[in-house]
Amino acid sequence: MMRRPQIALLGDGKRLHLQDGPIDLIVEASGRDAEVRAAYDAAARRFTGLLDQLCVELTGLRKAAHPARCPLRGVVARRMHAAVAPFAAEQFITPMAAVAGGVAEEILGVMLAAADLKRAYVNNGGDIALHLAAGERFSIGLMDRPDSLGVMRTFTIEAGDPSRGIATSGRHGRSFSFGIADAVTVLARTASQADAAATIIANAVDLPGHPAVLRRPANELQPDTDLGPRLVTREVGELAACDIAEGLSAGETVARKLLADGLIDGAALCLCGEMTVVGVRKPRAHHQRALEIA
Amino acid sequence: MTDATNAASSGDKIRCDACPVMCYIKPGAAGACDRYANHDGVLVRVDPHIVLERTVSHGGRLVPFQATGDWDGKIVHEPSIFVTAIGAGTTYPDYKPAPFIVSSEVDGVDMVTVVTEGIFSYCGVKVKIDTDRYLGPETATVRAEGEAVGHVTTSEYGSQMLSLGGVHHLTGGSKKEGRVTCDTLMDLSNCKAVELSIDGGATVVVQAGRAPIVNGLTEERMRVGCGSATIGMFAKQWHGKVDEVVVVDDHITGVLSEHQAGKLLDISDTGIKMKGRRSTPGRYFQVAEPGTGWGGTNISDPLSILGPFNPKEARAGTTMLMVSTTGEHAGYYVLDEALRPIEQEMPADLKASVERIRENCEPALCTVLFMGGAGGSLRAGVTDNPVRLTRSVKDALTRVTSGGAPVYVWPGGGITFMVDVTQMPVGAFGYVPTPALVAPIEFTMRLSDYAALGGHVDYVRPLASLKDSAEVRPMLLTPGWRA
Repeated sequence: MMRRPQIALLGDGKRLHLQDGPIDLIVEASGRDAEVRAAYDAAARRFTGLLDQLCVELTGLRKAAHPARCPLRGVVARRMHAAVAPFAAEQFITPMAAVAGGVAEEILGVMLAAADLKRAYVNNGGDIALHLAAGERFSIGLMDRPDSLGVMRTFTIEAGDPSRGIATSGRHGRSFSFGIADAVTVLARTASQADAAATIIANAVDLPGHPAVLRRPANELQPDTDLGPRLVTREVGELAACDIAEGLSAGETVARKLLADGLIDGAALCLCGEMTVVGVRKPRAHHQRALEIA
Repeated sequence: MTDATNAASSGDKIRCDACPVMCYIKPGAAGACDRYANHDGVLVRVDPHIVLERTVSHGGRLVPFQATGDWDGKIVHEPSIFVTAIGAGTTYPDYKPAPFIVSSEVDGVDMVTVVTEGIFSYCGVKVKIDTDRYLGPETATVRAEGEAVGHVTTSEYGSQMLSLGGVHHLTGGSKKEGRVTCDTLMDLSNCKAVELSIDGGATVVVQAGRAPIVNGLTEERMRVGCGSATIGMFAKQWHGKVDEVVVVDDHITGVLSEHQAGKLLDISDTGIKMKGRRSTPGRYFQVAEPGTGWGGTNISDPLSILGPFNPKEARAGTTMLMVSTTGEHAGYYVLDEALRPIEQEMPADLKASVERIRENCEPALCTVLFMGGAGGSLRAGVTDNPVRLTRSVKDALTRVTSGGAPVYVWPGGGITFMVDVTQMPVGAFGYVPTPALVAPIEFTMRLSDYAALGGHVDYVRPLASLKDSAEVRPMLLTPGWRA
């Protein structure tokens, strides 16, 4: 018998909540009732034991990825590796950078195999795998700081767009960042690719050596982090307008390269209230309330 | 883990084993899940675990979980705070010892409650529906959303019985059948309303603790007895006040002058002629079709079940009471010169007898008993020698509860128990996609007995350590709780 995750519909009776250890998924599918039910059933079945399968290879997943060779065996683990491999030749990155997107993609995959759905998403703490049947669209909300109200922006993904993955990375999230970005949101073909690319771009939004940026070794904060003693950002003090522009520009350079290489479809980079957009139309600004309607 | 990390360790961080990630957590920090944290060197659960704290409705005074009445005096009293298994199950018991093995000190004696959530593939519910209305033939299939989820079983006094779930419907049929069965069992167990349709019979809405709704009509009362039994119960009260009484009932319609009870009182023949099939004197089957009229029949005019009075025995002026088994319907008649019954104003003393019938009818309810068996692996979460737990339960050294509610443990092998779901806290049941139900189950025993049966004594935690990490949910005394 495998471990038993939490599986429940949320209060609205529509969205499915799946939680096991650190994995926390909000799932919603639309289509005929029987199809939605079959999709949720498939999601719940696949989710049961998924964390255990990942943890079998946890040591390997926490090691720097090799750009060409993948020693991992699990389906999700190999997908995570494939997502980070394009970046591994030039910098330190572990498959863990794509864990959230990789899991979201796996769950969405079994849902689509089990049912005919109009729309579906699997949201793994902001790293989202999407499905859109012809003619369907999603309205996506962006928040530059998860810990404050601030301005909400929205943009739309339509069935004709190539992107089926969205991920956000930054220094306020649950995982550590080498950079100073408040949030970098990336659109890519898959959720795992978006997850890995968001990590890379958020790391690149940086002001090396700037005195207002406080950094600490990752393993002092979290003993078993995959980042070891590397310095991660803890605090960002007051930055001058030129500093903000410089930091964003560094990230934008990397984002444009990834766009040119076909690794992402677009990105929105946020730092201290300023935003730079690469590859997609500038998102429309809304106030917080707009998301509740969208 | 790198060497650098080990070097940084000073023994104050702890390893969380709630999930296979096995995070090392520093003091004051939470693990990767944000659900478990290191609080001054102790692993605490940040999201709530339910502790059932029973308080009386007025004043909130704590009372013992159960009075000593039906509990062996040599076993210690239970603590005021009772830890339920709801929310306990982060791990399946065969993965490691049950998540919460709680001890609390009461009157100087250690108590142990082994708290776990059991996953029950072998489980079902027994449903008792207080109605005489015809729900369907015995063994007929009971369906929810068109899927077979159980069957009609032998009826009990004043009630129709359904047996739902079981391993055959949960895992032996189609995928959809299993899913619908699981949903049906979970909803019924969580005291939600479920619509069931019976092949060749009625559609009934069942909700534990509520009146059944049969084909759209809410059942109000249980009958006081069948028509024949009603005659037996009230014959003396009618004697001398009326010449004839007919108690209209779909099962057995009773006739006072012909009934054994009437004979004993020397009540004279009245020349009455009943329709239907005579069973024994004064007892008639099938006087009409089943329905929602008088006494569970389809009639609205009770005279329609009578033939003409026999002119050899009947006489003008004979008085007759006709009444249903619930007292909801009644009429008073006097034979005219042509020996036809004519309805007249009912005398006060007969009205009182009708009221007495009504008063003796209890409200009709649906009741749902969850029934499950605690299998080998669940018991292994409690002790490393599972059969000793079974023996301990049989020997009354270990007390079994479900969500804090008392259970009936069947004699014989295994720990197969039944529990009234209305006695359990709200939302006590869950499911896994196996499909199977998740139900709370607690084993309570003396610490010394726990050690003796091979319990996981190293994992016993004092109750106080749970209180910080658990949700304390006051629970009012509910009617029927056997306190």
